[in-house]
Amino acid sequence: MRIIKFLLIKEFKQIFRNRAILAVIMVMPVIQLIVLPLAANYEIKNINLAVVDNDRSDYSRDLINQVVASGYFKLRSYNDSYKQAFTQIEDDNADLILEIPGGFEQDLIRENKQQLFIGVNAINGTKAGLGAGYISDIIRNYNNGLRKKLNVPDSFNAIPVIEITSSNWYNQHLNYRLFMVPGILAILVTIVGGFLSSLNIVKEKEVGTIEQINVSPVKKYHFILGKLIPFWILGNVVFTLGLLVGWIFYGIIPLGNILVLYTFIAVYLLAILGFGLLISTICDTQQQAMLIMFFFVMIFVLMGGLFTPIDSMPDWAKIVSKFNPISYFIDVMRMVIIKGSGFKDIRNHILIIIGFAVVLNTAAILNYRKTS
Amino acid sequence: MRQFLTFVKKEFLHVLRDKKTLFILFGMPIVQILIFGFALTNEVKNSKIVVVDYAKDIASQKIITKIEASRYFEITKSLAGSKELEAAFRTGEIKMAIVFPEGFNNQLLHQNKALVQVIADASDPNNATTLTNYVSSIINDYQAELNQTNAMPYQIRPEVKMLYNPQLKGAPNFVPGVMALILMLVCVMMTAISIVKEKEMGTMEILLVSPFKPIMVIISKAVPYLLLSMVNVITILLLSVFVLDLPIAGSILLLFAESTLFIITCLTLGIFISVKTDSMQTAMLISLLGMLLPTLLFSGFLFPIENMPMPLQWFSNIVPSKWYYLIVKGIMIKGLGFSYVWKETLILFAITIFLLIISLKSFKIRLS
Repeated sequence: MRIIKFLLIKEFKQIFRNRAILAVIMVMPVIQLIVLPLAANYEIKNINLAVVDNDRSDYSRDLINQVVASGYFKLRSYNDSYKQAFTQIEDDNADLILEIPGGFEQDLIRENKQQLFIGVNAINGTKAGLGAGYISDIIRNYNNGLRKKLNVPDSFNAIPVIEITSSNWYNQHLNYRLFMVPGILAILVTIVGGFLSSLNIVKEKEVGTIEQINVSPVKKYHFILGKLIPFWILGNVVFTLGLLVGWIFYGIIPLGNILVLYTFIAVYLLAILGFGLLISTICDTQQQAMLIMFFFVMIFVLMGGLFTPIDSMPDWAKIVSKFNPISYFIDVMRMVIIKGSGFKDIRNHILIIIGFAVVLNTAAILNYRKTS
Repeated sequence: MRQFLTFVKKEFLHVLRDKKTLFILFGMPIVQILIFGFALTNEVKNSKIVVVDYAKDIASQKIITKIEASRYFEITKSLAGSKELEAAFRTGEIKMAIVFPEGFNNQLLHQNKALVQVIADASDPNNATTLTNYVSSIINDYQAELNQTNAMPYQIRPEVKMLYNPQLKGAPNFVPGVMALILMLVCVMMTAISIVKEKEMGTMEILLVSPFKPIMVIISKAVPYLLLSMVNVITILLLSVFVLDLPIAGSILLLFAESTLFIITCLTLGIFISVKTDSMQTAMLISLLGMLLPTLLFSGFLFPIENMPMPLQWFSNIVPSKWYYLIVKGIMIKGLGFSYVWKETLILFAITIFLLIISLKSFKIRLS
């Protein structure tokens, strides 16, 4: 116990000595947590619209007005031909072309039927899908309004109608930030903890100070624990700062018990630090350690369900994400903060992360050799 | 010149000696392309939902079968009451619940109006919106089938065409993004580290007292990473053409020229970081923590830039990967020529020159 105490004093001295790193650890996550949720906004608004109105009738004008009034679209240009509108898409000045055929009004009245052409820049599939959905919706509304105006007889109302009432639980106003902030905080805590721990032992190797530890009576698990505890505390500090940022800047107060969150983060940090230390014992230089950590963090982040839903992944990817600690962390953050889940709901998550922590730390201790 | 080549050779030996690093540098683009190409999709499918069917009549059963048949939904179980429902939402087992009230079919036939309640877990707002839309359109379909005999008058039908990417695949969006991301990180990080390393190890002193010009020392450090990154560009393009079936629509030569320009931009950014920092750890943390998420977010391939608040939109203009992303998207996916991307090219060029000048200004040839 006394040995660990001395090791801890040494580690903390080293951490506080390097002010630059300390600043990076504390300030960067806070800044990123303030800024990134503003950027990570998937509410699709401001879709740039290029209109080709070959009819120039009252009807076509009404339709265009209705599209613009919806708030989703920004009318960027009137074009004389589809070709001209298409160059707008090539230049990225437009995302969507709405082409109204000549004789739109006349034919609609005469033939009871009319077609509109919509071209969407679909390089970004999500944006295209939502954009096409919105405009189809608006056209449907316009269509219904038109029928009413043209006084379609009441027999129309005799048709059975299924009314759909939808409610959005946990996030009534569909606030995207409520969704992103917990996820981004999870990733920042992981990055800070993972990188610090993975760089640490390897730095002693590179600088050569590890020799001194190796010839001392310090035991393997003393050494690993001495490395683990300081970063565990730092990780908790960063996490707390993150929660405060979420509260101050985004007004996000965890709906669930905050103790549940801290219990989980306590276990999670052990797991991710163990992972970092394991990498640290494998590598010879800081550069290697960082790249390998980066390699894994990249995969973890991309497949962790922050940006794209895990449910939509193919089966092999779902299995891979079962071995991804970040995906559990993001899940728990969202469950507890947004939905107010309790210990009972996240029991499995905690058990799995305990498993990770035990395996990774044992591996790190076994893999650390005092003799080369 | 011979001196320079000797230095470049030395740097190459350094790079090639470290097998673990090399493995990661070459492996990363491959893994990322595969993840982006095959695992990640913004499409919502296989969402787990429950149906609470109080009606248990023909109409509700028919709609349930329709929902079951669509690939968007996976009905996990039927629940009895609303208590259980809340619990299921809280554990995250289900994303949506559909409730049919008692006497659904009766109401539909006799009162011409029936109600379906759709409850979505909106902790993920987009998912909730999309799922609600899917359910609505399935129910609307059923309704249209019911009303087949009475066609609606004055029908306006929008015909939608998805340009460039008719199947709404993720790859056309992701591949240019991954290229920007990989090049940015590999070049910036590796150059920054390799220069700071010499500082930290004390070998910088030796280089500075040699008859070789200090600036050439720096340049010779960047050359191996330039070549390495070119290899990465080629790997990514080969993978995207042959594995992801995403052909290069525009000129390959132009694409390579632009990539070279972007790589040089990144290398100068790396040099800039290395000039400003003294320890490897700081250099690493800055180039990683400082670059990873901003590059992901501000290049615009995950989240649309035009949605961001104004200050962030301005900020995105100084992120080099944004411009490179636009260029690659233009050339590779849309098949545009240089006349369409000259503006972006010019901006990248300007950023490079700017970084180069301030790095040179603050580069100290004497150790403190």
